[in-house]
Amino acid sequence: MGNTIIEVTNLSKQYQLGQINSQTLSRDVNRWWARVQGKPDPYARIGAINDRTKKGNDEFVWALQNVNFNVQQGEVLGIIGRNGAGKSTLLKILSKVTKPTTGTIKIGGRIASLLEVGTGFHPEMTGRENVFMNGAILGMNKFEIERKFDEIVAFAGVEKYIDTPVKRYSSGMYVRLAFAVAAHLEPDILIVDEVLAVGDAEFQKKCLGRMKDVSLNHGRTVLFVSHNMAAIKSLCDKVMVMEKGTVLTVNETQAAITHYLNSQNFTQNTQLFNRNQYEVDAVIAYNNIEISQQDRALTEFANDAPIRVSVQYTIKEKVLGFRLIFILQDAYDNLISQTFFDEENDIGTNLDAGTYETSFVIPPNLLIEGIYKINITSGIHNVRMCLPKGGITLDIFIIESGIYKRKRFKPENRGLLTLPLAVINQYQHA
Amino acid sequence: MHSSTNIPNNHQWLEVLQPHQSLFDVPLSEVWRKRYLMLMFVKRDFAANYKQTILGPLWFFIQPLLTSITFFLIFNKVGGISTGKVPQILFYLAGLSCWNYFAETINRTSTVFKDNANLFGKVYFPRLIIPLSIVLSNLLRFGIQFFLFLIVLLYYWWQQPLVIQPNAYMLLTPYLLMLMAGFGIGLGMIISSLTTKYRDLVFLVSFGVQLLMYATPVIYSLSLPTIPTSYRTVLWYNPLAPILETFRFAYLGQGMFSWAMLLYSSCWMVVLLTVGILIFNKVEKRFMDTI
Repeated sequence: MGNTIIEVTNLSKQYQLGQINSQTLSRDVNRWWARVQGKPDPYARIGAINDRTKKGNDEFVWALQNVNFNVQQGEVLGIIGRNGAGKSTLLKILSKVTKPTTGTIKIGGRIASLLEVGTGFHPEMTGRENVFMNGAILGMNKFEIERKFDEIVAFAGVEKYIDTPVKRYSSGMYVRLAFAVAAHLEPDILIVDEVLAVGDAEFQKKCLGRMKDVSLNHGRTVLFVSHNMAAIKSLCDKVMVMEKGTVLTVNETQAAITHYLNSQNFTQNTQLFNRNQYEVDAVIAYNNIEISQQDRALTEFANDAPIRVSVQYTIKEKVLGFRLIFILQDAYDNLISQTFFDEENDIGTNLDAGTYETSFVIPPNLLIEGIYKINITSGIHNVRMCLPKGGITLDIFIIESGIYKRKRFKPENRGLLTLPLAVINQYQHA
Repeated sequence: MHSSTNIPNNHQWLEVLQPHQSLFDVPLSEVWRKRYLMLMFVKRDFAANYKQTILGPLWFFIQPLLTSITFFLIFNKVGGISTGKVPQILFYLAGLSCWNYFAETINRTSTVFKDNANLFGKVYFPRLIIPLSIVLSNLLRFGIQFFLFLIVLLYYWWQQPLVIQPNAYMLLTPYLLMLMAGFGIGLGMIISSLTTKYRDLVFLVSFGVQLLMYATPVIYSLSLPTIPTSYRTVLWYNPLAPILETFRFAYLGQGMFSWAMLLYSSCWMVVLLTVGILIFNKVEKRFMDTI
């Protein structure tokens, strides 16, 4: 500890928006001419902030602006922020996939980055060949891979199929093998982007455990980007919060997460459903998802009145065993509850083509103050999940009202929910 | 590794990432350190193409053979383009195995960025490794086609020993291959770098290479009197021409050979290869932002 291994100074990254077409040629000539004359780039506009809700006329956007931070050796640094905050851009620059526009990064160790599992995997090659391919891409040499080969295969649990082409693997096996290779990298600095969002829960736990082990017992530095606050909490010593391409704060994990959640001003950043934002499935198209209370569409809700989540969707062709699923999570991505729209049916519901509306109603006096995530997803029983992958997530913010208004508990002491218990008090004796 | 002026005294930075790096900062030593990755790309290339095909690498035989027969029928029988005393099939095979090496290399190198966009977006390694792996995997292909050519050569040599005169210039083969590879990869890298910005070029490449074949003595020889002198002078300036002529001269005893022209060709190769590497290396750093 106490030894700086990454030092980022004044880092900025600019992207060009919109289509790159024949205009670029004339622009290139202008740029080149400016450079020859020693003038600054005429197209670099300084000061345009990366705010996707406002569509500016600027054709360039700063994905990162004046980012400064240090990482100490052996530290596990979590990076959180909304979509578009610049997390992935930062990781890409650190991984040398793209270059910074301004600023300097000094690195005091060998970096391996994991922006995706299974990079370079080829379906026609066997598991064994892919381990060597993927290992080489991630920066291992032949000797290192050979030394760790058995360990990798055992970690993935695919010993029996190691000489079978990976196209015959189930998606679970594929992901396990891919992560196993990555998990056995021995860099000084490991950069991980959200890759834990794959695989089943048990394997995710194994991966988290492995990452913890890597940092604790091997003294490696880990940079970890995730939306999963539970994973961040269990893994990271420190967390950096990013917003609109800048660093909001770098702090102890709990303090930083609290800062992050508080910084999200939910009345301003309304996350309304926008159908164009999602991939459309062959079977189902979501037309609208509206969250309302007392017939008003809101994003901030009182906890003493029912909250109605209405999903309007079109079934494109007759489908057997369809299932719409309502998932409630807390701000840390902990699962609170998952409900089918047809709990009474064992194997889903058969639906004819047409437009439907399903409403899930959250009863009053159940949610506590804070942020919840509502996730709507759908699938076909025993066949597949429907697009968009991972469903559609909308955030709601609950404020205390009614009998809970007096804030007798701090939110963290209240628990995940308030149970609308019937409380019976009786006077018995004198 | 990179020396920088503002390094704090107590630190040993392995690497410093900065916006602008010199044009000549080509990571050649890193490419050498990661040669194992290069081999894996060659392997992957073969697996991708020939696993689950029944004939597998036999396709390398079939393709030039069928093309030679087609050339024989069209250019020789119908078009009446002479191949001199050399048996037609042998003549075409010689030209084709050489030409294919160049053509395959340039075609595949020119789509490097497009084909590997996803990979390049996820992980860093010196991008030069990919064009080099293409050169290697095509060298294997060439090896197989060359083997076929040698079999056919031996057969004709045994049948008509006086017509074909293989000679000591065969020793130049590795050098000729290097020239071919250099041209293919150099031009390919220039084109692939330009296509990241100017997509139109993609369409130009494949048919451009085809046209180039007709401007290169593949199906004809500059040594034969059927080519008008004025054309010959012009065609001779095509830097690829001396390579093909030398190759046929060495193995078949028919062709124009001149050290001066080989040197001319080599100069072109060095220039194209250098420009190619420099442009490729420059574009590679900005590529992910423009694709």
